[in-house]
Amino acid sequence: MTDTVNDAIPDNVSGNGHHDATASAGTVTQPHGQPVGHRRTALTITPAQLPDLAAGLLSEGFRVALVAGHDDGESLRAVYLFVAAQPDRRVELHLPLEAGKPHVPSLAAMSFPAGRFEREMYDLFGIVPDDHPLPARLVRHFHWPRGWHPMRRDAGDPPGFGDIEGPYPFRTVEGHGVYEIPVGPVHAGLIEPGHFRFSVVGETILNLKARLWFVHKGVEKLFHGRTPEEGIELAERISGDTAVGHTLAFCLAVEDALGLDVPPAACATRAILLELERIYNHITDIGALCNDVGHGILNAHAQHIREQLLRINAHLTGHRLLRGAIRPGTANLRQAPDLNQLAAIATDIDDIAGLALGHTVVRERFTGTAILNNQQAADLGTLGYVARASGIDIDARRDHPFHRLGPSFAVRTHTDGDVLARFLVRAEEIKTSVAMIAELLDDNLTLTPASEPSKHTGHLEVRAGTAAQPRSGVGIAEGWRGTITHRVELDTHGVLTRVKVVDPSFFNWPALPVALADTIVPDFPLTNKSFNLSYAGNDL
Amino acid sequence: MTGVTGALGAVLQVAVIAVGSPYLVGAMRQVRARLEGRAGPDVAQPWRDLRKLLRKESLTPHGTSEVFRLTPAVLVASTVLVAAVAPFLTTASPLDPVADLFAVVALLTLGTVALALAGIDTGTAFGGMGASREMTITALVEPTLLVAIFALSVPVGSTNLGAIVNSTLHDPARVVSPVSLLAAVALAVAIIAETGRLPVDNPSTHLELTMVHEAMVLEYAGPDLALVEWASAMRLTVFLGLLANLFAPWGIATGSGLAGLVLAVIVFAVKVGLLGLLLAVGEVFLAKLRLFRVPELLAGSFLLALLAVAASFFLA
Repeated sequence: MTDTVNDAIPDNVSGNGHHDATASAGTVTQPHGQPVGHRRTALTITPAQLPDLAAGLLSEGFRVALVAGHDDGESLRAVYLFVAAQPDRRVELHLPLEAGKPHVPSLAAMSFPAGRFEREMYDLFGIVPDDHPLPARLVRHFHWPRGWHPMRRDAGDPPGFGDIEGPYPFRTVEGHGVYEIPVGPVHAGLIEPGHFRFSVVGETILNLKARLWFVHKGVEKLFHGRTPEEGIELAERISGDTAVGHTLAFCLAVEDALGLDVPPAACATRAILLELERIYNHITDIGALCNDVGHGILNAHAQHIREQLLRINAHLTGHRLLRGAIRPGTANLRQAPDLNQLAAIATDIDDIAGLALGHTVVRERFTGTAILNNQQAADLGTLGYVARASGIDIDARRDHPFHRLGPSFAVRTHTDGDVLARFLVRAEEIKTSVAMIAELLDDNLTLTPASEPSKHTGHLEVRAGTAAQPRSGVGIAEGWRGTITHRVELDTHGVLTRVKVVDPSFFNWPALPVALADTIVPDFPLTNKSFNLSYAGNDL
Repeated sequence: MTGVTGALGAVLQVAVIAVGSPYLVGAMRQVRARLEGRAGPDVAQPWRDLRKLLRKESLTPHGTSEVFRLTPAVLVASTVLVAAVAPFLTTASPLDPVADLFAVVALLTLGTVALALAGIDTGTAFGGMGASREMTITALVEPTLLVAIFALSVPVGSTNLGAIVNSTLHDPARVVSPVSLLAAVALAVAIIAETGRLPVDNPSTHLELTMVHEAMVLEYAGPDLALVEWASAMRLTVFLGLLANLFAPWGIATGSGLAGLVLAVIVFAVKVGLLGLLLAVGEVFLAKLRLFRVPELLAGSFLLALLAVAASFFLA
């Protein structure tokens, strides 16, 4: 089933083929179950077996990529997805749970992200993590009643906002001269809602609590009952600035579930789209970082470049934010990107980054500001450029590839973990992305001029017809913010029954308050921008 | 006759500064926008904004006291008074005796302190935060202003600003003396800090947590906000006008004659416009200092002012 997918990835990058991956999984002390998808094995276990299995996987270098609750009608089910890199391995642990009394042992002690997933799973499904060190609500809206779990099948429509469960549990910091600054959730400027509570002495931040979760949209539930084709429009809107990243992860998951064959030309086209999205978002933030230290001229130029890139996007795909280009089984560009134009833009971006770093005050503001050290970044399970700026070598383009990587690809890491390191990682990634696009242009691409509307649905339906049993699939893609993971389940008719979306922001948000300890209040906006986490992708 | 043109000059000073200052702000924004490659709003935009705000209803937050309500008036009144007495267009103003160095700096400080108190009065975290930062900066700026102008008054033997200006007119060589140059630099830095320009404060930011001046006025709306904005623009003009006339007073009307007054208006507009232009151009190349670096900058400017005073005694 998965061989066809594997064929799209030449052996020299994917390391072991699918069967080898199964074999390598078999060499470890714990067998990880039956192969169920691309480099993926699944094991159905009882809750009591979970801690030992999880500990074994984590010690083998796996990380918790996704934990999702499922409501199967008469019973509940928790799915834990662990992934490891080099070679790409994915292990799923399925825990069937009694609907009346769903309990799982908490993994919070061994994995911080797992602890957060468990809280999410409790809020959405009522699956109780036993002995969780911080069993407070996470994603559930503050005004929704206790005991109402929106992802349950019998949840019904959202209840009206009712009485709140007492005050929000902010950590109180006491001492001489300590005061609190509440900011948000409504901010000046075009920012999504988030409330930040600073406990401050003088100008130094002692403690910061980021209270998010004001934008629950029920995206995951909206996927239910849609065909994969109908799911695309949702995937493109999970986080507006990550249309390609989320759509790609979603399509990879659907293709994994259906065993769809993706031609190499479509993979190359997707890889180009992914880098185009990375470039336009990185330059936007490079400009915004300069603006936040009051050096507006570089922001004006960065915005100018962003606009050029958005117009290129519109020219190539018909949409400025690259929507509509990726479909299950395929991808499409109206024409190949103009390399000279991109190279000129890359040179301009290089100039902007150089001017910013050559400005003593700008550099001074970036250097040493809001340090997230390597240990903290690793403990919190951070992803993307936040992790790479703290010296963690993680990048799904290499770790979970869907297409061959050329020699120009390199994972850009820095070790200082400050605003400067995050700035540098992103500036360097733009160069890498442009070089990657140049290489990818040598491949065959799937190009359809705008005048000929492409029809992909027939292709998918033919393949979907082979799906005679419920299937699941996992898609992992390196969006510009970091590793995006989607897990889908389809019923016998090829209709989505569950889609779990994990944006890297879910992993990275807890790192922001950690990095801000002992930073001064006026440096918060700069730090926040250097992380630039998604609210919409985080709160689904 | 001198008295009449002098009085006319004083009235004209207020009128020119009151009407012209929003245009100065608009021109500086326009210059900055052009240098950044943007079209930018029209020069008259600050006036349009003021007109819009003045038409809105007046709102004050719950729990605020008279301090909050009176501050816009205090701010405007103190600035208008300085605009009337200090030698901007004429040295023959009948109010000239009031234009004492200490009185003028005290009047300008009164506005700053009133605004800080209003910030605290709102009871919001931002107001208090802005007021705290503003006081940190003011504590270093006001002594610098005093000492720098004092250095200029030493050779003249008077702390009257009109006398200092007249003396410079009669002895132009004094402008290039070490005393004058040191004082000019100290005063320029102090003025940049006092008017909330880069690299001390970023007047165009929307980030509440980084604000100094803007954080104190966040709770103002409608006509009150218009007064605060208008007073800010006038203060900028007053400070730049003082800087211009203390170090390059040529063109100011000294005696009777309407022609001299008309010329003075034109020269004043050109001088302040040039300084504003210089400030706007400079800001394009600057970035905002880390908050804790600001005292270092201001301490440096205070040191220059102190050196200017020392030099005025030793070199005189």
